[in-house]
Amino acid sequence: MTLNVSNLTCYRAGRLIFSDQNFTIDPGETVMLRGPNGSGKSTLLRALAGMQPFEGDVILNGVTLADDLDGVQEQIAYAGHLDAIKPQLTVGENLTFWAQLFEGGSISDAIEQFALEEIWDRPAHACSAGQKRRLGLARLVVSGRVLWLLDEPTVSLDTETTARFAQIIKTHCAGGGMAMIATHIDLGLDTPREIVLDPSAMRKSTPSRDPFLSGDWE
Amino acid sequence: MNATFAVLTRELRLALRSGGGAGLGLAFFLIVVMLIPFGVGPFPSLLAQIAPGTLWIAALLACLLSLDRLFQADFEDGTLDILALSPMPLEGLVAIKATAHWLTTGLPLVIAAPVLGITLNLPSNAYWWLVISLAVGTPALSFLGAIGAALTVGIRRGGLLLSLLVLPLYIPTLIFGARTVTAAVEGVDVMPAFLLLAGVTLLTLALTPIAAAAALRMHMR
Repeated sequence: MTLNVSNLTCYRAGRLIFSDQNFTIDPGETVMLRGPNGSGKSTLLRALAGMQPFEGDVILNGVTLADDLDGVQEQIAYAGHLDAIKPQLTVGENLTFWAQLFEGGSISDAIEQFALEEIWDRPAHACSAGQKRRLGLARLVVSGRVLWLLDEPTVSLDTETTARFAQIIKTHCAGGGMAMIATHIDLGLDTPREIVLDPSAMRKSTPSRDPFLSGDWE
Repeated sequence: MNATFAVLTRELRLALRSGGGAGLGLAFFLIVVMLIPFGVGPFPSLLAQIAPGTLWIAALLACLLSLDRLFQADFEDGTLDILALSPMPLEGLVAIKATAHWLTTGLPLVIAAPVLGITLNLPSNAYWWLVISLAVGTPALSFLGAIGAALTVGIRRGGLLLSLLVLPLYIPTLIFGARTVTAAVEGVDVMPAFLLLAGVTLLTLALTPIAAAAALRMHMR
């Protein structure tokens, strides 16, 4: 259970976002992804989840992303900026659906860890942003996946829930899981490794590779 | 199987709850067909003659109404990303979503069609074939529409573009569907047209999930 990333390079709309990222995540390890706005944190996470074209090698647990997309994707849980919650359904219906679809982790664990019991029967459109975020993150637990890719997971969470969420990540990693977290705050995890994306290095590097955009477009 | 059932029930729930738009297609179908006698005039024989084509065209347009939200709602709230990571293959997901669309849009049209046949003075010997041809033909409309919905998923107000993409693909279903009913009215053999209609539907059910899933992957990459 190891994630190996070598020479990862991403372009968006022909513009270089970051290049030659090399890192490894071992079982039980949490890695923080740092960098200013626009440095490519979200792009990197989406690339690892197979939802963004990239160059380089991503190997998760012996499976190469470029060769076997499904084989890698079935080990990944992703939580992005959007909560992927249907406002017409209740909190319970939303979470039960994901649990039935992924057939991975325990739904009762998720309910307890994210304190969803009190809002279980509430329609999701009547939930606050923080409650929706809790429901969205609970999906990580019911998915039962090894590698968690988290993009600003603590946005709109209160301090108590943030601390509890940090504890959930610790529990996940203590069980052999891995997590990669793009965030600007200090989650209070014990000395996690950091990967820093530096956009200033990119600005002066190679021009756009899009044949339509290269040249004197800018 | 559990996951298939979970996706299907969820799609039906979303369609039937507020804002799902399940009733829209049916209401549109009713109103369009009701308007025809006002526009054409009170000539029973003329209405009977145009009834099969009118009912089929109205069903076609009614199906289009709710298609643009088939994948767009999931795309906008991030659900599509999570579904792509789920154990269910995208092809299966497309097939289930198109099935749910048919159950909430196509099936009500099939049930309402005989009532509208009366308002258009459709000869009584053609009622069964109207219902059967719609029941067999409308699944193709939902599944073909899934291709258009997948192609326009990232586009704001993609509904019109979707209509332009999808309506030409509906032509074979329209021809054989309307021809089945007309043949029943005329009292000639309905089977040639009906079997071709069923063939088009079977081909559509087999191929469109693959095409629509490929279009969705393209948007996510």
